[in-house]
Amino acid sequence: MSHAHLDVRYVANLARLELSEGEVSVFQNQLDAILGYVETLSKLDVDGIEPTSYPAPVFDRMRDDVPHESLPLEAVLQNAPVQAQNQIRVPKVIADA
Amino acid sequence: MSLLSLRAQLRDGSLTPTGLIDNLAAKIAARDPEVGAYLSYDLETARAEAVTADLSLPLGGIPIAIKDNINVLGQPCTCGSRFLSENYTSPYDATVIRKLRAAGAIPFGRLNMDEFAMGSATENSALQTTRNPRDLTRIPGGSSGGSAASVAAGTAFASLGSDTGGSIRQPASHCGVVGLKPSYGRVSRYGLVAFASSLDQIGPLTHTVEDAALVLQAIAGYDPLDSTSLDLPVPDYTAGLNDGVKGLKLGLPKEYFGDGIDPAVRAKVMASVEKLAAQGAEIVEISLPHTEYAVATYYVIAPAEASSNLSRFDGIRYGHRAANPGDLIDLYRRSREEGFGAEVKRRIILGTYVLSSGYYDAYYTKALKVRTLIRRDFENAFEQVDAILSPVAPAPARKLGEFSDDPLHEYLSDIFTIAANLAGNCAISVPAGTVTSDTGSELPVGLQILGPHLGEAKLLRIARAAEG
Repeated sequence: MSHAHLDVRYVANLARLELSEGEVSVFQNQLDAILGYVETLSKLDVDGIEPTSYPAPVFDRMRDDVPHESLPLEAVLQNAPVQAQNQIRVPKVIADA
Repeated sequence: MSLLSLRAQLRDGSLTPTGLIDNLAAKIAARDPEVGAYLSYDLETARAEAVTADLSLPLGGIPIAIKDNINVLGQPCTCGSRFLSENYTSPYDATVIRKLRAAGAIPFGRLNMDEFAMGSATENSALQTTRNPRDLTRIPGGSSGGSAASVAAGTAFASLGSDTGGSIRQPASHCGVVGLKPSYGRVSRYGLVAFASSLDQIGPLTHTVEDAALVLQAIAGYDPLDSTSLDLPVPDYTAGLNDGVKGLKLGLPKEYFGDGIDPAVRAKVMASVEKLAAQGAEIVEISLPHTEYAVATYYVIAPAEASSNLSRFDGIRYGHRAANPGDLIDLYRRSREEGFGAEVKRRIILGTYVLSSGYYDAYYTKALKVRTLIRRDFENAFEQVDAILSPVAPAPARKLGEFSDDPLHEYLSDIFTIAANLAGNCAISVPAGTVTSDTGSELPVGLQILGPHLGEAKLLRIARAAEG
Protein backbone atom coordinates (compact mmCIF):
# COMPACT_ATOMS: atom_id res chain seq x y z
CA MET A 1 0.00 0.00 0.00
CA SER A 2 2.51 2.58 -1.14
CA HIS A 3 1.29 5.93 -2.39
CA ALA A 4 4.62 6.92 -3.92
CA HIS A 5 2.97 7.18 -7.33
CA LEU A 6 0.20 9.71 -6.66
CA ASP A 7 0.82 12.07 -9.55
CA VAL A 8 -1.74 14.83 -9.02
CA ARG A 9 -1.65 16.06 -12.60
CA TYR A 10 -2.07 12.56 -14.05
CA VAL A 11 -4.98 11.67 -11.73
CA ALA A 12 -6.65 15.06 -12.29
CA ASN A 13 -6.57 14.32 -16.01
CA LEU A 14 -8.31 10.97 -15.41
CA ALA A 15 -10.99 12.96 -13.53
CA ARG A 16 -11.25 15.52 -16.38
CA LEU A 17 -10.16 18.30 -14.06
CA GLU A 18 -7.93 21.16 -15.19
CA LEU A 19 -5.69 22.41 -12.37
CA SER A 20 -3.48 25.47 -11.99
CA GLU A 21 0.22 25.09 -11.10
CA GLY A 22 -0.56 26.41 -7.61
CA GLU A 23 -3.30 23.86 -7.07
CA VAL A 24 -1.06 20.99 -8.18
CA SER A 25 1.61 21.75 -5.57
CA VAL A 26 -0.82 22.48 -2.73
CA PHE A 27 -2.87 19.34 -3.44
CA GLN A 28 0.28 17.22 -3.78
CA ASN A 29 1.34 18.01 -0.19
CA GLN A 30 -2.16 17.70 1.27
CA LEU A 31 -2.94 14.44 -0.52
CA ASP A 32 0.42 12.94 0.46
CA ALA A 33 -0.44 13.66 4.11
CA ILE A 34 -3.94 12.16 3.74
CA LEU A 35 -2.66 9.03 1.98
CA GLY A 36 0.05 8.69 4.62
CA TYR A 37 -2.71 8.61 7.21
CA VAL A 38 -4.73 6.08 5.19
CA GLU A 39 -1.68 3.78 5.44
CA THR A 40 -2.85 2.95 8.99
CA LEU A 41 -5.24 0.48 7.31
CA SER A 42 -2.23 -1.63 6.28
CA LYS A 43 -1.80 -2.64 9.94
CA LEU A 44 -4.98 -4.74 9.65
CA ASP A 45 -5.09 -8.24 8.22
CA VAL A 46 -8.33 -8.47 6.23
CA ASP A 47 -7.71 -11.79 4.48
CA GLY A 48 -10.98 -13.68 4.15
CA ILE A 49 -13.13 -10.68 5.20
CA GLU A 50 -16.04 -9.92 2.86
CA PRO A 51 -16.17 -6.31 1.62
CA THR A 52 -19.18 -4.16 2.61
CA SER A 53 -20.38 -2.04 -0.30
CA TYR A 54 -23.73 -1.09 1.23
CA PRO A 55 -24.50 -1.17 4.94
CA ALA A 56 -28.09 -2.42 4.55
CA PRO A 57 -29.02 -5.65 2.80
CA VAL A 58 -30.27 -4.26 -0.50
CA PHE A 59 -29.11 -6.15 -3.56
CA ASP A 60 -29.92 -4.87 -7.04
CA ARG A 61 -33.63 -4.86 -6.50
CA MET A 62 -35.57 -4.41 -9.75
CA ARG A 63 -38.80 -2.46 -9.84
CA ASP A 64 -41.74 -3.53 -11.92
CA ASP A 65 -41.54 -2.30 -15.49
CA VAL A 66 -44.55 -0.02 -15.35
CA PRO A 67 -44.66 3.04 -17.63
CA HIS A 68 -45.06 6.31 -15.76
CA GLU A 69 -44.99 9.96 -16.64
CA SER A 70 -41.52 11.40 -17.12
CA LEU A 71 -40.30 14.99 -16.92
CA PRO A 72 -41.64 17.18 -19.72
CA LEU A 73 -39.08 18.21 -22.34
CA GLU A 74 -38.99 21.84 -21.15
CA ALA A 75 -38.12 20.68 -17.61
CA VAL A 76 -35.34 18.45 -18.89
CA LEU A 77 -33.85 21.25 -21.00
CA GLN A 78 -34.44 24.19 -18.66
CA ASN A 79 -30.99 23.94 -17.04
CA ALA A 80 -28.94 23.14 -20.14
CA PRO A 81 -26.30 25.85 -20.66
CA VAL A 82 -26.64 25.77 -24.46
CA GLN A 83 -29.51 24.27 -26.41
CA ALA A 84 -31.03 24.31 -29.86
CA GLN A 85 -33.89 22.48 -31.58
CA ASN A 86 -35.01 20.82 -28.32
CA GLN A 87 -31.57 19.31 -27.81
CA ILE A 88 -28.51 20.10 -25.72
CA ARG A 89 -25.74 21.59 -27.80
CA VAL A 90 -22.12 20.46 -27.30
CA PRO A 91 -18.85 21.16 -29.15
CA LYS A 92 -18.23 19.09 -32.25
CA VAL A 93 -17.15 15.57 -31.29
CA ILE A 94 -16.32 14.24 -34.77
CA ALA A 95 -13.19 15.48 -36.51
CA ASP A 96 -13.43 17.00 -39.99
CA ALA A 97 -12.87 14.48 -42.76
CA MET B 1 -41.10 27.21 19.41
CA SER B 2 -41.79 23.48 19.02
CA LEU B 3 -43.68 22.12 16.02
CA LEU B 4 -46.44 20.78 18.27
CA SER B 5 -47.10 24.18 19.86
CA LEU B 6 -47.03 25.83 16.41
CA ARG B 7 -49.54 23.29 15.20
CA ALA B 8 -51.78 23.96 18.20
CA GLN B 9 -51.70 27.70 17.53
CA LEU B 10 -52.43 27.22 13.84
CA ARG B 11 -55.37 24.98 14.65
CA ASP B 12 -56.94 27.22 17.29
CA GLY B 13 -56.60 30.21 14.96
CA SER B 14 -54.26 32.29 17.15
CA LEU B 15 -51.80 32.04 14.23
CA THR B 16 -52.58 31.92 10.52
CA PRO B 17 -50.31 30.08 8.07
CA THR B 18 -49.61 33.26 6.08
CA GLY B 19 -49.00 35.18 9.31
CA LEU B 20 -46.56 32.48 10.34
CA ILE B 21 -44.64 32.84 7.06
CA ASP B 22 -44.54 36.62 7.52
CA ASN B 23 -43.29 36.29 11.12
CA LEU B 24 -40.58 33.95 9.97
CA ALA B 25 -39.55 36.28 7.13
CA ALA B 26 -39.30 39.14 9.64
CA LYS B 27 -37.08 37.03 11.92
CA ILE B 28 -34.86 36.07 8.98
CA ALA B 29 -34.58 39.72 7.91
CA ALA B 30 -33.57 40.70 11.46
CA ARG B 31 -31.16 37.90 12.35
CA ASP B 32 -29.90 36.22 9.21
CA PRO B 33 -27.67 39.08 7.98
CA GLU B 34 -25.27 38.26 10.85
CA VAL B 35 -25.74 34.46 10.85
CA GLY B 36 -25.84 33.80 7.10
CA ALA B 37 -27.76 30.51 7.23
CA TYR B 38 -29.99 31.22 4.21
CA LEU B 39 -28.70 31.34 0.66
CA SER B 40 -32.14 32.32 -0.62
CA TYR B 41 -35.84 32.11 0.13
CA ASP B 42 -38.98 32.53 -1.93
CA LEU B 43 -41.53 34.37 0.14
CA GLU B 44 -44.12 34.67 -2.60
CA THR B 45 -44.35 30.91 -3.24
CA ALA B 46 -44.41 30.15 0.49
CA ARG B 47 -47.26 32.64 1.06
CA ALA B 48 -49.23 31.10 -1.82
CA GLU B 49 -48.74 27.63 -0.36
CA ALA B 50 -49.72 28.88 3.11
CA VAL B 51 -53.06 30.13 1.78
CA THR B 52 -54.06 26.60 0.79
CA ALA B 53 -52.41 24.79 3.74
CA ASP B 54 -54.43 21.88 5.17
CA LEU B 55 -54.21 22.39 8.92
CA SER B 56 -55.63 18.95 9.67
CA LEU B 57 -52.38 17.32 8.50
CA PRO B 58 -49.56 16.49 10.96
CA LEU B 59 -47.33 19.39 9.81
CA GLY B 60 -50.13 21.46 8.24
CA GLY B 61 -49.00 25.02 7.47
CA ILE B 62 -45.57 24.64 9.10
CA PRO B 63 -42.58 25.97 7.11
CA ILE B 64 -39.52 23.71 7.10
CA ALA B 65 -36.17 24.99 5.80
CA ILE B 66 -34.16 22.88 3.38
CA LYS B 67 -30.43 22.26 2.92
CA ASP B 68 -29.43 23.50 -0.51
CA ASN B 69 -28.66 20.03 -1.87
CA ILE B 70 -32.28 18.77 -1.80
CA ASN B 71 -34.35 19.57 -4.90
CA VAL B 72 -37.56 21.58 -4.47
CA LEU B 73 -39.52 22.21 -7.66
CA GLY B 74 -38.89 25.71 -9.03
CA GLN B 75 -36.26 26.61 -6.40
CA PRO B 76 -32.47 26.91 -6.69
CA CYS B 77 -30.30 23.98 -5.55
CA THR B 78 -26.74 25.30 -5.42
CA CYS B 79 -25.09 22.67 -3.18
CA GLY B 80 -23.00 25.62 -1.95
CA SER B 81 -21.14 25.50 -5.26
CA ARG B 82 -20.37 27.97 -8.00
CA PHE B 83 -21.08 25.10 -10.38
CA LEU B 84 -24.81 25.31 -9.70
CA SER B 85 -25.22 28.86 -8.40
CA GLU B 86 -25.67 30.66 -11.71
CA ASN B 87 -28.50 29.02 -13.56
CA TYR B 88 -29.94 25.90 -12.00
CA THR B 89 -33.62 25.59 -11.06
CA SER B 90 -34.92 22.27 -9.73
CA PRO B 91 -37.22 20.60 -12.26
CA TYR B 92 -38.83 18.33 -9.63
CA ASP B 93 -39.41 17.70 -5.91
CA ALA B 94 -37.17 15.28 -4.00
CA THR B 95 -39.16 12.46 -2.39
CA VAL B 96 -38.63 13.95 1.10
CA ILE B 97 -40.13 17.21 -0.18
CA ARG B 98 -43.09 15.40 -1.74
CA LYS B 99 -43.60 13.65 1.62
CA LEU B 100 -43.29 16.89 3.62
CA ARG B 101 -45.91 18.45 1.37
CA ALA B 102 -48.16 15.40 1.85
CA ALA B 103 -47.86 16.00 5.61
CA GLY B 104 -48.93 19.63 5.08
CA ALA B 105 -45.53 21.29 5.54
CA ILE B 106 -44.25 24.17 3.40
CA PRO B 107 -40.63 23.81 2.21
CA PHE B 108 -39.25 27.30 2.77
CA GLY B 109 -35.75 28.62 2.14
CA ARG B 110 -32.42 27.24 0.96
CA LEU B 111 -29.75 26.69 3.61
CA ASN B 112 -26.00 27.13 3.24
CA MET B 113 -23.68 24.13 3.31
CA ASP B 114 -20.15 23.01 2.56
CA GLU B 115 -19.80 22.62 -1.19
CA PHE B 116 -21.45 19.31 -2.18
CA ALA B 117 -21.60 18.51 1.57
CA MET B 118 -17.82 18.12 1.80
CA GLY B 119 -16.64 19.66 5.04
CA SER B 120 -17.38 20.08 8.75
CA ALA B 121 -17.46 23.86 9.14
CA THR B 122 -19.57 25.22 6.23
CA GLU B 123 -16.39 27.17 5.36
CA ASN B 124 -16.18 25.20 2.11
CA SER B 125 -19.33 26.90 0.82
CA ALA B 126 -18.30 28.84 -2.27
CA LEU B 127 -21.20 31.22 -1.79
CA GLN B 128 -21.43 32.55 1.76
CA THR B 129 -20.05 32.44 5.32
CA THR B 130 -22.37 31.00 7.97
CA ARG B 131 -21.66 31.89 11.59
CA ASN B 132 -22.56 30.04 14.77
CA PRO B 133 -25.56 31.88 16.31
CA ARG B 134 -24.20 31.13 19.83
CA ASP B 135 -20.88 32.84 19.05
CA LEU B 136 -20.59 34.69 15.77
CA THR B 137 -16.79 34.35 15.69
CA ARG B 138 -17.14 30.58 15.39
CA ILE B 139 -18.14 27.98 12.81
CA PRO B 140 -21.63 26.47 12.89
CA GLY B 141 -20.19 23.05 12.02
CA GLY B 142 -20.98 21.30 8.78
CA SER B 143 -21.74 20.29 6.27
CA SER B 144 -25.37 21.12 7.22
CA GLY B 145 -24.21 24.36 8.89
CA GLY B 146 -27.09 26.46 7.59
CA SER B 147 -29.60 23.81 8.70
CA ALA B 148 -28.27 23.88 12.28
CA ALA B 149 -27.64 27.64 12.47
CA SER B 150 -31.13 28.54 11.23
CA VAL B 151 -32.84 26.42 13.89
CA ALA B 152 -30.48 27.69 16.62
CA ALA B 153 -31.00 31.32 15.55
CA GLY B 154 -34.78 30.94 15.59
CA THR B 155 -34.95 31.64 11.85
CA ALA B 156 -36.31 28.15 11.14
CA PHE B 157 -38.69 25.99 13.19
CA ALA B 158 -37.10 22.83 11.78
CA SER B 159 -34.88 22.01 8.85
CA LEU B 160 -33.67 19.13 6.73
CA GLY B 161 -29.99 18.31 6.39
CA SER B 162 -27.97 15.44 4.97
CA ASP B 163 -25.43 13.31 6.83
CA THR B 164 -22.64 11.40 5.07
CA GLY B 165 -20.10 11.34 7.92
CA GLY B 166 -21.71 13.46 10.64
CA SER B 167 -23.02 16.39 8.62
CA ILE B 168 -26.30 16.59 10.56
CA ARG B 169 -25.07 15.59 14.03
CA GLN B 170 -21.89 17.68 14.27
CA PRO B 171 -23.47 21.06 13.34
CA ALA B 172 -26.43 20.20 15.59
CA SER B 173 -23.93 19.64 18.42
CA HIS B 174 -22.05 22.88 17.70
CA CYS B 175 -25.24 24.98 17.51
CA GLY B 176 -27.11 23.34 20.40
CA VAL B 177 -30.03 21.76 18.51
CA VAL B 178 -31.25 18.20 17.92
CA GLY B 179 -29.95 16.45 14.78
CA LEU B 180 -30.99 12.96 13.64
CA LYS B 181 -29.28 10.75 11.07
CA PRO B 182 -31.74 7.98 10.24
CA SER B 183 -30.62 4.44 9.43
CA TYR B 184 -29.40 3.70 5.91
CA GLY B 185 -32.46 2.90 3.79
CA ARG B 186 -35.01 4.51 6.14
CA VAL B 187 -35.40 7.75 4.15
CA SER B 188 -35.36 8.06 0.35
CA ARG B 189 -32.52 10.08 -1.16
CA TYR B 190 -34.27 10.59 -4.51
CA GLY B 191 -33.70 14.28 -5.30
CA LEU B 192 -30.78 14.66 -2.87
CA VAL B 193 -27.67 15.59 -4.85
CA ALA B 194 -25.52 12.52 -4.20
CA PHE B 195 -22.16 12.80 -2.43
CA ALA B 196 -21.37 9.22 -1.28
CA SER B 197 -24.28 6.95 -2.08
CA SER B 198 -23.50 4.16 0.40
CA LEU B 199 -23.31 6.69 3.26
CA ASP B 200 -25.75 9.57 2.56
CA GLN B 201 -28.98 9.95 4.58
CA ILE B 202 -31.42 12.86 4.90
CA GLY B 203 -32.61 13.78 8.38
CA PRO B 204 -34.18 16.55 10.52
CA LEU B 205 -32.59 19.28 12.66
CA THR B 206 -35.03 20.56 15.27
CA HIS B 207 -35.46 22.26 18.64
CA THR B 208 -36.70 19.12 20.40
CA VAL B 209 -36.51 15.34 20.13
CA GLU B 210 -40.28 15.19 19.71
CA ASP B 211 -40.00 17.53 16.70
CA ALA B 212 -37.33 15.24 15.22
CA ALA B 213 -39.72 12.31 15.63
CA LEU B 214 -42.53 14.24 13.88
CA VAL B 215 -40.38 15.20 10.90
CA LEU B 216 -38.89 11.70 10.62
CA GLN B 217 -42.42 10.30 10.64
CA ALA B 218 -43.26 12.50 7.66
CA ILE B 219 -40.17 11.71 5.55
CA ALA B 220 -39.49 8.02 6.33
CA GLY B 221 -40.57 5.08 4.20
CA TYR B 222 -40.12 3.11 1.04
CA ASP B 223 -39.64 4.87 -2.28
CA PRO B 224 -39.40 2.93 -5.54
CA LEU B 225 -37.29 5.83 -6.89
CA ASP B 226 -34.42 5.03 -4.46
CA SER B 227 -33.35 1.42 -4.86
CA THR B 228 -31.63 1.50 -1.44
CA SER B 229 -34.76 2.55 0.43
CA LEU B 230 -36.19 -0.29 2.48
CA ASP B 231 -39.69 -1.63 1.85
CA LEU B 232 -40.50 -2.03 5.54
CA PRO B 233 -43.28 -0.56 7.69
CA VAL B 234 -42.54 2.74 9.46
CA PRO B 235 -43.31 2.59 13.20
CA ASP B 236 -45.05 5.38 15.13
CA TYR B 237 -42.06 7.39 16.37
CA THR B 238 -43.98 9.49 18.89
CA ALA B 239 -45.95 6.63 20.53
CA GLY B 240 -43.32 5.47 23.06
CA LEU B 241 -41.33 8.68 23.19
CA ASN B 242 -41.92 9.28 26.91
CA ASP B 243 -41.49 5.68 28.07
CA GLY B 244 -38.14 6.49 29.69
CA VAL B 245 -34.91 4.50 29.92
CA LYS B 246 -35.56 2.36 33.00
CA GLY B 247 -34.10 -1.09 32.41
CA LEU B 248 -32.30 -0.16 29.19
CA LYS B 249 -28.61 -0.97 28.82
CA LEU B 250 -26.47 1.83 27.41
CA GLY B 251 -22.86 1.32 26.36
CA LEU B 252 -19.87 3.64 26.71
CA PRO B 253 -17.25 2.66 24.11
CA LYS B 254 -13.87 3.01 25.80
CA GLU B 255 -12.28 4.00 22.45
CA TYR B 256 -14.53 7.13 22.30
CA PHE B 257 -13.39 8.56 25.64
CA GLY B 258 -9.61 8.53 25.10
CA ASP B 259 -7.01 11.28 24.97
CA GLY B 260 -8.23 13.22 21.91
CA ILE B 261 -11.28 14.68 23.62
CA ASP B 262 -11.56 18.10 25.29
CA PRO B 263 -11.97 17.47 29.06
CA ALA B 264 -14.81 20.03 29.25
CA VAL B 265 -16.68 18.18 26.48
CA ARG B 266 -16.11 14.86 28.21
CA ALA B 267 -17.48 16.29 31.47
CA LYS B 268 -20.69 17.48 29.77
CA VAL B 269 -21.20 14.15 28.01
CA MET B 270 -20.62 12.27 31.26
CA ALA B 271 -23.15 14.51 33.04
CA SER B 272 -25.74 13.43 30.42
CA VAL B 273 -24.75 9.80 30.96
CA GLU B 274 -25.29 10.27 34.70
CA LYS B 275 -28.69 11.78 34.02
CA LEU B 276 -29.74 8.69 32.07
CA ALA B 277 -28.33 6.44 34.81
CA ALA B 278 -30.36 8.38 37.39
CA GLN B 279 -33.50 7.58 35.37
CA GLY B 280 -32.81 3.86 35.64
CA ALA B 281 -30.59 3.05 32.64
CA GLU B 282 -27.78 0.60 33.23
CA ILE B 283 -24.46 1.98 31.97
CA VAL B 284 -21.82 -0.52 30.84
CA GLU B 285 -18.41 -0.13 29.24
CA ILE B 286 -18.13 -1.67 25.77
CA SER B 287 -15.48 -1.84 23.08
CA LEU B 288 -15.60 -0.89 19.39
CA PRO B 289 -12.09 -2.19 18.64
CA HIS B 290 -11.78 -0.91 15.06
CA THR B 291 -12.60 2.72 15.90
CA GLU B 292 -9.05 3.89 15.13
CA TYR B 293 -9.50 2.79 11.50
CA ALA B 294 -12.81 4.55 10.86
CA VAL B 295 -11.45 7.89 9.59
CA ALA B 296 -9.00 6.24 7.17
CA THR B 297 -11.73 3.89 5.90
CA TYR B 298 -14.15 6.76 5.41
CA TYR B 299 -11.64 8.95 3.55
CA VAL B 300 -11.13 6.18 1.01
CA ILE B 301 -14.79 5.19 0.50
CA ALA B 302 -16.43 8.64 0.58
CA PRO B 303 -14.06 10.30 -1.95
CA ALA B 304 -14.23 7.20 -4.19
CA GLU B 305 -18.02 7.43 -4.36
CA ALA B 306 -17.88 11.23 -4.68
CA SER B 307 -15.49 11.06 -7.64
CA SER B 308 -18.01 8.86 -9.41
CA ASN B 309 -21.12 10.82 -8.39
CA LEU B 310 -19.62 14.20 -9.27
CA SER B 311 -18.68 13.07 -12.77
CA ARG B 312 -22.23 14.19 -13.72
CA PHE B 313 -21.08 17.80 -13.30
CA ASP B 314 -19.51 18.04 -16.73
CA GLY B 315 -20.93 21.32 -18.04
CA ILE B 316 -23.24 19.62 -20.54
CA ARG B 317 -26.74 19.19 -19.09
CA TYR B 318 -26.82 21.69 -16.22
CA GLY B 319 -24.69 24.05 -14.24
CA HIS B 320 -21.54 25.89 -15.22
CA ARG B 321 -20.13 25.59 -18.75
CA ALA B 322 -16.73 27.14 -19.55
CA ALA B 323 -16.73 29.71 -22.34
CA ASN B 324 -15.22 29.02 -25.76
CA PRO B 325 -14.20 25.37 -25.29
CA GLY B 326 -11.62 24.00 -27.74
CA ASP B 327 -13.25 20.59 -27.79
CA LEU B 328 -15.42 18.37 -25.61
CA ILE B 329 -12.61 17.28 -23.25
CA ASP B 330 -11.52 20.89 -22.82
CA LEU B 331 -15.14 21.78 -21.98
CA TYR B 332 -15.25 19.11 -19.23
CA ARG B 333 -11.87 20.05 -17.79
CA ARG B 334 -12.35 23.78 -17.65
CA SER B 335 -16.01 23.70 -16.58
CA ARG B 336 -15.00 21.58 -13.60
CA GLU B 337 -11.89 23.66 -12.83
CA GLU B 338 -13.95 26.86 -12.81
CA GLY B 339 -17.01 25.43 -11.06
CA PHE B 340 -15.53 23.39 -8.18
CA GLY B 341 -13.78 24.65 -5.04
CA ALA B 342 -10.57 23.26 -3.51
CA GLU B 343 -12.06 20.65 -1.16
CA VAL B 344 -14.22 19.17 -3.91
CA LYS B 345 -11.23 18.95 -6.25
CA ARG B 346 -9.10 17.34 -3.54
CA ARG B 347 -11.69 14.67 -2.92
CA ILE B 348 -12.29 14.01 -6.61
CA ILE B 349 -8.53 13.48 -7.10
CA LEU B 350 -8.26 11.30 -3.99
CA GLY B 351 -11.30 9.25 -5.02
CA THR B 352 -10.16 8.87 -8.61
CA TYR B 353 -6.75 7.73 -7.35
CA VAL B 354 -8.04 5.02 -4.99
CA LEU B 355 -10.26 3.68 -7.80
CA SER B 356 -7.54 3.80 -10.44
CA SER B 357 -5.93 0.74 -12.00
CA GLY B 358 -3.25 -0.71 -9.73
CA TYR B 359 -4.56 0.96 -6.56
CA TYR B 360 -8.19 -0.21 -6.47
CA ASP B 361 -7.56 -3.33 -4.37
CA ALA B 362 -4.91 -1.76 -2.16
CA TYR B 363 -7.12 1.15 -1.16
CA TYR B 364 -10.78 0.74 -2.11
CA THR B 365 -11.30 -3.01 -1.63
CA LYS B 366 -9.22 -2.90 1.54
CA ALA B 367 -11.37 -0.08 2.94
CA LEU B 368 -14.56 -2.01 2.11
CA LYS B 369 -13.22 -4.97 4.10
CA VAL B 370 -12.30 -2.81 7.08
CA ARG B 371 -15.82 -1.41 6.81
CA THR B 372 -17.09 -4.94 7.44
CA LEU B 373 -15.01 -5.09 10.64
CA ILE B 374 -16.41 -1.73 11.78
CA ARG B 375 -19.96 -2.91 11.03
CA ARG B 376 -19.35 -6.10 13.04
CA ASP B 377 -18.07 -4.05 15.99
CA PHE B 378 -21.51 -2.43 16.15
CA GLU B 379 -23.39 -5.71 15.62
CA ASN B 380 -21.49 -7.20 18.55
CA ALA B 381 -22.07 -4.12 20.69
CA PHE B 382 -25.82 -4.08 20.02
CA GLU B 383 -26.05 -7.68 21.21
CA GLN B 384 -24.97 -6.37 24.63
CA VAL B 385 -26.61 -2.93 24.81
CA ASP B 386 -29.71 -1.07 23.55
CA ALA B 387 -27.75 2.00 22.49
CA ILE B 388 -24.30 3.56 22.64
CA LEU B 389 -23.46 6.96 24.19
CA SER B 390 -20.56 9.15 23.09
CA PRO B 391 -19.48 12.68 22.31
CA VAL B 392 -20.46 14.04 18.86
CA ALA B 393 -17.27 16.04 18.33
CA PRO B 394 -14.00 16.05 20.30
CA ALA B 395 -14.24 19.82 20.96
CA PRO B 396 -16.81 22.65 20.77
CA ALA B 397 -17.11 24.82 17.65
CA ARG B 398 -13.74 26.28 16.67
CA LYS B 399 -13.09 29.82 15.45
CA LEU B 400 -13.78 30.66 11.81
CA GLY B 401 -10.67 30.47 9.60
CA GLU B 402 -8.53 28.05 11.63
CA PHE B 403 -7.01 24.98 9.92
CA SER B 404 -8.19 25.98 6.44
CA ASP B 405 -4.92 24.71 4.93
CA ASP B 406 -4.87 21.43 6.84
CA PRO B 407 -7.66 19.16 5.57
CA LEU B 408 -6.34 16.09 7.41
CA HIS B 409 -6.70 17.88 10.75
CA GLU B 410 -10.37 18.57 9.94
CA TYR B 411 -10.96 14.99 8.81
CA LEU B 412 -9.69 13.63 12.13
CA SER B 413 -12.35 15.57 14.04
CA ASP B 414 -15.01 13.38 12.37
CA ILE B 415 -13.87 10.37 14.41
CA PHE B 416 -17.03 9.93 16.54
CA THR B 417 -19.63 10.40 13.80
CA ILE B 418 -18.42 8.59 10.68
CA ALA B 419 -18.66 5.03 12.00
CA ALA B 420 -22.48 5.28 12.09
CA ASN B 421 -22.50 6.03 8.35
CA LEU B 422 -20.04 3.23 7.58
CA ALA B 423 -22.20 0.77 9.55
CA GLY B 424 -25.57 2.21 8.45
CA ASN B 425 -26.84 2.74 12.01
CA CYS B 426 -29.14 5.50 13.22
CA ALA B 427 -27.65 8.19 15.45
CA ILE B 428 -28.74 11.45 17.04
CA SER B 429 -27.12 14.51 18.60
CA VAL B 430 -28.91 15.94 21.63
CA PRO B 431 -27.87 19.15 23.45
CA ALA B 432 -25.86 18.33 26.59
CA GLY B 433 -25.25 21.83 27.95
CA THR B 434 -22.55 24.35 27.17
CA VAL B 435 -18.91 25.01 27.96
CA THR B 436 -17.47 28.50 28.44
CA SER B 437 -15.01 29.64 25.75
CA ASP B 438 -11.88 31.73 26.39
CA THR B 439 -13.85 34.79 25.27
CA GLY B 440 -16.72 34.06 27.66
CA SER B 441 -19.25 32.75 25.14
CA GLU B 442 -21.26 29.62 25.94
CA LEU B 443 -20.56 26.90 23.37
CA PRO B 444 -23.01 24.01 23.03
CA VAL B 445 -21.90 20.40 23.40
CA GLY B 446 -23.86 17.46 22.02
CA LEU B 447 -24.40 13.95 23.34
CA GLN B 448 -24.41 11.36 20.57
CA ILE B 449 -26.69 8.36 20.94
CA LEU B 450 -26.11 5.54 18.45
CA GLY B 451 -28.74 2.89 17.82
CA PRO B 452 -28.88 -0.28 15.73
CA HIS B 453 -30.11 -0.30 12.14
CA LEU B 454 -33.79 0.77 12.06
CA GLY B 455 -33.71 1.36 15.83
CA GLU B 456 -35.04 4.94 15.58
CA ALA B 457 -38.01 4.47 17.93
CA LYS B 458 -35.87 3.43 20.88
CA LEU B 459 -33.14 5.92 19.92
CA LEU B 460 -35.64 8.79 20.07
CA ARG B 461 -37.01 7.54 23.40
CA ILE B 462 -33.50 7.58 24.92
CA ALA B 463 -32.82 11.00 23.37
CA ARG B 464 -36.07 12.31 24.87
CA ALA B 465 -34.91 11.16 28.32
CA ALA B 466 -31.50 12.79 27.81
CA GLU B 467 -32.74 16.20 26.65
CA GLY B 468 -35.14 17.12 29.49
